[in-house]
Amino acid sequence: MADFRPTDASDLVSILAWAAAEKEPVEVLGRGTKRGLGRPVEAAHRLDLSQLSGIRLYEPAELVLTVGAATPLAEIEAVLRDADQMLAFEPPDWGELLGGEAGGQSLGGILSCNFGGPRRLKMGAARDHLLGFSGVNGRGEAFKAGGRVVKNVTGYDLCKLLCGSYGTLAALAEVTVKVLPRPEEEATLLILGLNDQAAIAAMTEALNSPHEISAAAHLPAACGGLVPGVAGSVTALRIEGPKPSVVARLGVLRELLGTHGEIADLPRGQLWQDIGDAKPFAGLPDHVVWRVSVAPSTGAALAGDLGRRLDIRHFYDWGGGLLWLAVAGAEDGGAGAIREAIKAGGGHATLIRGPEDFRREVPVFEPLAPGLAALTARVKAGFDPQGILNPGRLYRDM
Amino acid sequence: MHMPPPDEALIARRDEIVAGLRAIVPGEGVISTEAERRAYESDGLTAYRQPPLAVVLPSTVEEVSRVLRYCRAQGVKVVPRGAGTSLSGGALPLADGIILGLGKFNRILEIDFANRCVVAQPGVTNLGITLAVQHAGFFYAPDPSSQIACTIGGNVAENSGGVHCLKYGVTTNNLLGLEVVLMDGEVVRLGGKHLDAGTLDLMGVMTGSEGLLGIVTEVTVRILPRPSTARALLIGFPSSETAGDTVADIIGSGIIPGGMEMMDRPAIHAAEDFVHAGYPLDVEALLIVELDGPEAEVDHLVERVETIANRHGAVSCRISQNEEERLVFWAGRKAAFPAVGRISPDYYCMDGTIPRGRLTEVLTRMAALSEIHGLRVANVFHAGDGNLHPLILYDANQPGELDRAEAMGSDILRLCVEVGGVLTGEHGVGVEKRDLMGTMFNQMDLDQQMRLKCAFDPEGLLNPGKVFPELRRCAELGKMHVHRGELAFPDIPRF
Ligand SMILES: Cc1cc2nc3c(=O)[nH]c(=O)nc-3n(C[C@H](O)[C@H](O)[C@H](O)COP(=O)(O)OP(=O)(O)OC[C@H]3O[C@@H](n4cnc5c(N)ncnc54)[C@H](O)[C@@H]3O)c2cc1C
Repeated sequence: MADFRPTDASDLVSILAWAAAEKEPVEVLGRGTKRGLGRPVEAAHRLDLSQLSGIRLYEPAELVLTVGAATPLAEIEAVLRDADQMLAFEPPDWGELLGGEAGGQSLGGILSCNFGGPRRLKMGAARDHLLGFSGVNGRGEAFKAGGRVVKNVTGYDLCKLLCGSYGTLAALAEVTVKVLPRPEEEATLLILGLNDQAAIAAMTEALNSPHEISAAAHLPAACGGLVPGVAGSVTALRIEGPKPSVVARLGVLRELLGTHGEIADLPRGQLWQDIGDAKPFAGLPDHVVWRVSVAPSTGAALAGDLGRRLDIRHFYDWGGGLLWLAVAGAEDGGAGAIREAIKAGGGHATLIRGPEDFRREVPVFEPLAPGLAALTARVKAGFDPQGILNPGRLYRDM
Repeated sequence: MHMPPPDEALIARRDEIVAGLRAIVPGEGVISTEAERRAYESDGLTAYRQPPLAVVLPSTVEEVSRVLRYCRAQGVKVVPRGAGTSLSGGALPLADGIILGLGKFNRILEIDFANRCVVAQPGVTNLGITLAVQHAGFFYAPDPSSQIACTIGGNVAENSGGVHCLKYGVTTNNLLGLEVVLMDGEVVRLGGKHLDAGTLDLMGVMTGSEGLLGIVTEVTVRILPRPSTARALLIGFPSSETAGDTVADIIGSGIIPGGMEMMDRPAIHAAEDFVHAGYPLDVEALLIVELDGPEAEVDHLVERVETIANRHGAVSCRISQNEEERLVFWAGRKAAFPAVGRISPDYYCMDGTIPRGRLTEVLTRMAALSEIHGLRVANVFHAGDGNLHPLILYDANQPGELDRAEAMGSDILRLCVEVGGVLTGEHGVGVEKRDLMGTMFNQMDLDQQMRLKCAFDPEGLLNPGKVFPELRRCAELGKMHVHRGELAFPDIPRF
């Protein structure tokens, strides 16, 4: 059992070349905030990348940023804020949700898991913002892909593949991401008291209008508390942009959505951060937490169906397309019922929080159809033929 | 341009292979006469031509799957083809391979406004998708200039862009799902109507894979509500430098226009002579900046862009007052390629991307390259994202001119890479830039990409000779070279 802490890319090559030669699996860690997410890794050694940190290049006019992969997100966000820029996919922070503290995660970690917050709906996920990277594969070979410009189709888009690979294909050394200007103004409109179906109908009407909604979420009454002073359910819609535009669109939307229910304004605050961070579930440590991505129009029926079969709390992001579920009591954490329910409409359910033993037994990620599972295994072998990078983290035998 | 040497023994078996294919795809779905095969001998990169062994036009997924299984069993190579508008030779046939044409997959399968998506077969044209949803106020955002002709399957294979992708993203950012048939006939579904893959994003890596990984047989794209307004500014500058500074300043001040296109003097003149859009002829650079969105926003931003342009010494600035005028501003830009085609017997379109800030330097050095190679160049580019389209003017009937044009093109692309950019922004590597891949990637980078290819197509039968400068066997690529004694392991800090 060793703890490796490479200080640069060539260290990283040496370590993984050794691990490959000796067939010694390693658990790959950026800053370790998501160790409790995914299947438990079956490896004796730890590869701690935290020293591969620091801002290497930031050119605000080019909207581009290159950092050591394990650079703390907090450090990056502070620098971006100074230049009125942001990571537009609104990276969520699940430190508290996973029972730890907020503020610790690295950019490489969030990219590797491809998580995006409420703005994912409009601006894409982490995968849409990674422009290039360098890293070391499971053969102990350093390689790079992508570049530092947005328009790039030179070679396969390995950036997409690395996002969502959870450290199973390569250990990232350096990443280059696209950054965007922070909107000059933002405003959030609330519709009060809608049931789930009505809320999704309202969000759909807003999203299908040309008013450029940048986030749309629905919190049923049981998930309340995020909006001070409101006891019932809350449907929230965010618009962003230059001030005159936000003011004008607010007016139009108020009229458009007034037919759906009582409208209220929400001053700029924590709401969207809280929704992205799944704050309503951070305080329910005994519940198993799922994040379910489905076609938006199927979200409400899905939650209704599950509510009849399981003891759940739930809320929606992404206009109904992202269903957060907290399940109590069920032996399999609701896995069977949830996965059965999403079969018809398509989608995937990921177990975000659950006890370690449980995560070893219940598939954390959506099981793949046989043909796709075989292809996935071949892709993995193309990067890591000996299976030394995070073995077992995604699927039992990969 | 060298293609892998064709397998003569296989070519000798053409009749037998055609018969085998006819047993799967009946009637006119298999094309074998020489005259008809010639119709497929090249794509949008017309300098290269090669009639295929045969052309197969399946009309069901089952047929695609069986054709691939048959080809794999027989060792027949397969080149997928949509509309054949690729500018990098992606759909260039092989003498010992079939063309698998997706033209019969031309139906829109589902329009789902509640989930803001369209499910289409791969042979539907890019514009066909927008046309199918515009009655309800929606559009499909990526809009390559070839959108009347090019197919959505080809767009996926090339990860195509368009003038509006600065704001709305390229193909990969607007896809939700794919159905793909692998070379072994297996049909896999990636994504759907929901967002994100959950684990490995195989849809992401299929996008832009240039027909080397699988055949796309169904595509689900995101559609967006059409912005309520769009207005364009047509701004003339005394130098490309001032135009470039304006671009940087617009973006730097937090404005992301719907589109931002630049043309240089030769391109302006060619376009104006052709379509009479009213472009100023006494300027060195012309910028078209389009702002779209809610009316209040567009009016506000038009004003801000105008202020920025004036600050940088714009010599003329017109703002579209109505839809007709906006379209006139665009007419010249949209016709730039054919317009250049009128002033030169042939032109060769390049596609590098550079960091925006290096624009002036690259243009200056490109002018020097123009002198060295003795060929004129006209520039149009997606200024907002640094994607250049230099058009090299030449005459294929003059001995040596094509070679010179290609040499100059390579020099331009090397320059793009040297300043921190890339070989291709949206047209793909294909055969055209294949041999330049080494300027951007080292052998290990390329080996890793080829190992991905092996996971999808271990025999290398799908579109070989494209993208990678060297064909390597998967067995060779998969070998582990272990040098136990030489590992630097003892020096590693351990804690
Ligand atoms: C005048 C003109 C303007 C253009 N403007 C632009 C532009 O603005 N932006 C831009 O990005 N491109 C542009 N292009 C390039 C071209 O139109 C795009 O690359 C387009 O996406 C190609 O589509 P296609 O259907 O013609 O594909 P093809 O040319 O037939 O094929 C392109 C590649 O995709 C593969 N392929 C095709 N269909 C499939 C499938 N179903 N499954 C798997 N692989 C497949 C082929 O093997 C080939 O490698 C332009 C081309 C022309 C001629």
